[in-house]
Amino acid sequence: MRLLPHPWLSAGLALAWLLLNAPVTPGSLLLALAVGLTVPAVMNALQARPVRVKAPGALLRLAGIVLVDMVRSNIDVARIILGRQTGARRTGFVAIPLDLREPFALSLLSIILTATPGTLWVQYDSDTGRLLLHVLDFPDGEAWIRRVKDRYERPLMEIFA
Amino acid sequence: MTGAGLPVWAALLVVGLALTGAAFSLTGAIGLIRLRTFYERVHAPTLGATLGMALILCSSVLLLSLIEGRLVLRDLLIGVFLTVTTPVTLLLLARAAAHRDRHEGRPGAPPKS
Amino acid sequence: MSAVTILDWGLGLAQAMLVLAMAIAAWRMLRGPRAQDRVLGLDTLYLNGMLAIVVHGMRTGSGLYFEAAFIVGMLGFTASVALAKFLMQGEVVQ
Repeated sequence: MRLLPHPWLSAGLALAWLLLNAPVTPGSLLLALAVGLTVPAVMNALQARPVRVKAPGALLRLAGIVLVDMVRSNIDVARIILGRQTGARRTGFVAIPLDLREPFALSLLSIILTATPGTLWVQYDSDTGRLLLHVLDFPDGEAWIRRVKDRYERPLMEIFA
Repeated sequence: MTGAGLPVWAALLVVGLALTGAAFSLTGAIGLIRLRTFYERVHAPTLGATLGMALILCSSVLLLSLIEGRLVLRDLLIGVFLTVTTPVTLLLLARAAAHRDRHEGRPGAPPKS
Repeated sequence: MSAVTILDWGLGLAQAMLVLAMAIAAWRMLRGPRAQDRVLGLDTLYLNGMLAIVVHGMRTGSGLYFEAAFIVGMLGFTASVALAKFLMQGEVVQ
């Protein structure tokens, strides 16, 4: 058995422990190390597949894109809710054929789509790779499919290829 | 009372962040009233769960850090927790609603995949 | 105006807005019309309640409220997931 089966989980847990017990003392540092080293062993019992990040740079770029999109779509949805007329909006379901298959990347995509209000992940069929989205306001369905595929799916496939 | 030794600009910044965040959360809640169908309403709480939450937590981190004179990032853990859990809740809820609507053959039901 | 007054009033106003959001969510929870609307109302209720606790912690300057907010968040998440699961399986056996 390797020492660190899930390096990202170990780092995350140790960091969370330190954040909870700030300011950092030698004792809490030791405990954080212990937590980071031992707890991921539990994941072996769950037989989770370890996550491999191929392109950290692309991950950062994606995080930037998502942050900008999040703020922008928050403002858009707030305008829809507080706006006067609600009849002119086109709302409905959009089906997107996804090429992404990696489970962790898919869950990350679901977090991204939820974090940008205005899109809601309704259903994903793992056999056909078809994702059903509900979109609050879309001018044109084709544009949405392209938007999700270009902005989020392609970077995710690059990162977790 | 908190903030006795704080400069006024810092207090204004903290309050501005908290008020903007609260305004986004309130807008999300108002969406629960104003939007007409269930699938539209599911979008509303995400306002509070994303930008509203982020702004309020930023404000909290800023205030605590200024008071204690060091970086207090503990509140970011709430943000991480919410970011991971909100999609799960909404996804399950949307799927449950879709399942029920299809089963009952309602007109607004999502298309079968 | 001193920093203390600004913080007190500003954070108080933010808290009032969050409590109003909670009231609206509670209204949706009580009114329905369908079960999924109620669960959505509950979800929004606990989310805004958690944020209100965080703001209250900022007002009092106490670190104790962090734990409270975290626990409210966890319980609310568990409750919403359990209810959503129930909605899915309460009618049709999958």
